[in-house]
Parts: sequence; C-alpha cells; structure tokens
Amino acid sequence: MTYSAAAEATAIEFVRVSKTFGDRERRHRVLNEVNWAVPKGKTTVIAGGSGQGKSVTLKLILGLLKPDSGQILVDGEDVVKMGQSQLRQLRTKFGVLFQGAALFDSLTVFENIALPLRERTKLKEAEIRAKVMATLATLELAGHEEKYPAQLSGGMKKRVGLARALQLKPEIVLFDEPTTGLDPLMTLEIYSLFQRMQRQLGYTAVIVSHDIPKVFELADRIVLINKGEADVFSEASEIIKSDKPHIRDFAEKTMGI
Amino acid sequence: MVHCPNCGGIPSSRTQRQNPLQNNTISTWAAPFYHLGDHCLALLADLGSMGLFLVSALAGLFRRPFRGRELVRQLRFIGAGSIAVIFFTALSSGMVLGLQGSYTLNKFGAEGMLGSAVSLTLIMELGPILTALMVAGRAGSAICAEIGIMRISEQIDALECMAVDPFRYLISPKFLAAIISVPLLTAMFDVVGIWGGYLAGVQLMGANSGSYFSSMSQSITNHEIRIGLIKSFVFALLVIWISAGRGYFVYRIRGAGFGAESVSKVTTQAVVLSSIAVLIFDYLLTAVLL
Ligand SMILES: Nc1ncnc2c1ncn2[C@@H]1O[C@H](COP(=O)(O)OP(=O)(O)OP(=O)(O)O)[C@@H](O)[C@H]1O
Ligand SMILES: [Mg+2]
Repeated sequence: MTYSAAAEATAIEFVRVSKTFGDRERRHRVLNEVNWAVPKGKTTVIAGGSGQGKSVTLKLILGLLKPDSGQILVDGEDVVKMGQSQLRQLRTKFGVLFQGAALFDSLTVFENIALPLRERTKLKEAEIRAKVMATLATLELAGHEEKYPAQLSGGMKKRVGLARALQLKPEIVLFDEPTTGLDPLMTLEIYSLFQRMQRQLGYTAVIVSHDIPKVFELADRIVLINKGEADVFSEASEIIKSDKPHIRDFAEKTMGI
Repeated sequence: MVHCPNCGGIPSSRTQRQNPLQNNTISTWAAPFYHLGDHCLALLADLGSMGLFLVSALAGLFRRPFRGRELVRQLRFIGAGSIAVIFFTALSSGMVLGLQGSYTLNKFGAEGMLGSAVSLTLIMELGPILTALMVAGRAGSAICAEIGIMRISEQIDALECMAVDPFRYLISPKFLAAIISVPLLTAMFDVVGIWGGYLAGVQLMGANSGSYFSSMSQSITNHEIRIGLIKSFVFALLVIWISAGRGYFVYRIRGAGFGAESVSKVTTQAVVLSSIAVLIFDYLLTAVLL
C-alpha cells in the first residue's frame, strides 16, 4: 500500500503538540512537540507501548483534554481554541469507542446503542429498533439487547461500544483498542467489518491497537508513539528500516520480523 | 522544601503554574502565605466552575428536545420516593412541637395560642428546612454518587462525544424535578406536622381543639406562606446544585483522591455542604423576608 503525501487532504493534524500531567514536583511529559497528520478517508493506526499516550492523543483530538501547547486541527479548525458549543458542533462528526467502552451502565444494551439515534435524530421508535437490531446482528450480539453492561463480558462491551459509535454514520471514527478482549476469530471479523464500513461510509479512521502486526494490514498510515515522540510510517515494512534503534527494536519484538 | 499535603497529585489547572517555592524565590517563612493564597485561588476557581455549572443546568432546561420521561422518573425518585421519610419526620416533629408548645405555653397561661405557635414554626421554619435536609440526605447523596460514577467511568465524556449535552440530558431534569418536588413535599410536611401537633397537643395534652385551629387561621396569612414557599424553592435549588455539582466535578476536587474513594468523599461533601448551605440561607432569607 502506498500513498502520495502531496495529493491527499488531512482530516486531523497535530502541530507541535505537548502534553504533560501531574504535579510540579513530579511532572510527567506524555507528548513532546509531536507533529503528525491523519489523511482523510483513510485508516491511521496508532501503536506504541502501554502508557505512552495513545488514549491521551484521542482525548486531545476530541477536546476532552487540552494540550499544554500546540495546535490540533480537525478539518482545518483548531480544537484547542474551541469553546463548549463549538466543540459540541465538532463532535457531531465523530464516532468514538473509549478504551473502557464507557457504556451507560444503567441503560440496557439496546438503549445504549439507541441513545445517539434517539437524542440526535428524529427517527421513529420502530426505525430505531430496526437499525439497532441490524447492528446487533452484525456484531453477533443478537439476543443480548435486554442485558445491562454489568452482565456482559469484556469483549461484548467493546462490541456494544463499537455499535454505539457507528450509529450516526460518523465522518471520523476514533477507536481505542477495538479488539482487545476479543477472540482471534472475532478480531478478524471486526477488521473485515471495518474495511466494509469504511468502503460504505468513507469515514476517516484512527485506530489505537496493540494487535500488532495484524492491525497494520488495515493501516494506510502508522503512527508509533514512544517516549513523547510520534513517528509516522506509511506501511509496516518501513518500521524496521527506521534509523532509530528503539523503533527497530520495537518492530523486531512485536512484528516477528 | 515545604510541601503541602493537599496539593499532591491532583490534576487541576493549578498544577500548570510555576511553583515559586521550588525555585526558592519565596523564603520558608512565607510558605504558609503562599499556600493560603494558593488554596484561596483554588476555592475561587471552584466557586466559579460551580457558578457556570448552575448557569448551564438552568439553560439546559430550555434546550430541546425536552426529556419528559426522564423528568417523570426523577420526580418519582426525588418527590414520590421521599414521601414516607417526609411523612414520619413531619409527624414526629409536629408532635414534639405540640407537646413542647403546650408545656411552654401552659407556663404563661397561653395554651390557646398552641395552634398558632405550631403552625408558624412549621410553615416558616421547620417545614422548609427539614424537608430540604431530608431530600439532601436521601436524594442529593444518590444524585451526587450517580453523576460522580458516570464522570469517573467516562460516561459523561461519552455523552459529550456523541454531541449530547450532558446538562440537558442528565442534569437539568434532576434540577427541575427537585424544584417541583421540594415545595410540594414541604407543603405536605406542613400539613402532616400541624396534624401531629394537634394529635399531641390537643388529643394527648388536652388543649382546646377549637382554639388550636382558630388561633392558627388568625396568625397564618399569605405572607407567612409565601416566606415558606420561597424558602423551599431556594433550598431545593441549593441542594440539587451542590449535590449534582459535586458529582460532576468529582475528578477536580482537591484531596478527594481517585476512583470509588473520590465518589464516596464527594458524596459526603455534597450532603454536608448542602445541609450547611440550607441552614445559612435560612438565616439570610429569614432576615431579608420577615
Ligand atoms: N488524567 C490523567 N492524569 C494524570 N496522568 C494521566 C492521566 N491520563 C493519562 N495519564 C498518563 O499519561 C500517560 C499516557 O496514558 P494513556 O492512557 O494515553 O496511555 P496509552 O498509550 O493509552 O496506554 P494503554 O495502551 O495502556 O492504554 C500514562 O503514563 C498515564 O499515567
Ligand atoms: Mg489507552
């Protein structure tokens, strides 16, 4: 898979973004002036060790966290400068799966998935039911619609979260570890679902995953986040050719090359 | 190095600032003042965000689509669910007033004023206050914990990511339900309390039944009832504002810790703060309205 950097539009762009956490005595630098971009209509995979700032990156894109400095452009507009109402407008473009799924635990599976449809569209209850049931069937969740999140397994929660994120036909999807906790067969199914959905809806996808190297097959672009730096690659085989030793090391250990 | 135990590890806007103590630009003797100032700033920031929270919650009442079914659910929880508690509180405090009142008034030979004393106390003070305190303990704590858990498990973030306004969806219905229920519960409290006073004062202590009610109808005018009503509105707003607000800001509250512990601490805080606020505002309102 190749791409020509000049010809494509960007959906999301990080410009010299820094993010730190914590106390002045124990300052923890998660991102250090990172620059990278997500091409429109393509899939970008973010990988990197645990605790390196992948989930933080997604929250920065959504404006749930503010960076210490730098710009985060979504379709050319700086998220950092936006107020609440602009952010709300912006977020209508997104479909988000949180790492912990963030299901509404006092609503059933059905109500969770129906919530964005009920709150954001004028669809009739019967249409909503039909749509939700169809999604449940694709994700092999049929028959579980009356259960509450506490009664689901980890992998099922992830799938409900996915179903909820995809209801409103988002322009940009942000998935934080969509296949963690799923069995290998289900993982493959989810990946082919992603490919189908992207062909159908043409959305821009940002997927955080530890499922290396399989998830790289989906990727049009790979971003490795490590020790506050972000390195961008256009395909998996390039990673091994990196001039940074710790990245070559990461590639050897994770991709079995 | 002087170290403040309260500042450690809580992510907040304060932590972004430079620490003059660390750079040795402030000598050790000035450290307490530095910390005092720091805590005052944090308090101001907290009050500011609570103020914005109130504005957003009230604005959320006017945003469409209105969540009627959620309002009914909350009315059932805050209002209908509190009826039993309010009934027994009102009955016992009314009966105590009846006993205590007839004992005291007997000393002055004024037992004919019993009805007036009981009803004035209930309508202007005890009714609004005790109702608000009971609702704070019963519903305020539950609402604070519910919102706090939704916050720490990222459910509120998830709402925002779906571009669903968490105020309109989650918080404003609770506000409206509290503002409707508490005055009604207060009215119920007054009636049950007056009946309890009758039970104790007239039936048990033998005060005159006719003068119990006639003295009451003479001393209670629209003015007294209006004061009671205004109080119960204000108390309802205070209780729901503080309870919901503490839950909403659970991750930002200093020294609250993280996770389940932070929710439990914040819930305690919500009940304590809203009870204190109710008592303070009771004095202020009485002073202004009498
Ligand atoms: N609210 C927060 N307060 C303080 N530190 C935080 C906060 N959120 C994240 N961090 C820190 O930021 C770093 C990056 O966290 P993040 O959740 O982005 O990791 P991650 O790359 O998603 O890891 P994983 O693969 O395990 O999910 C971690 O070291 C974490 O301790
Ligand atoms: Mg993560």
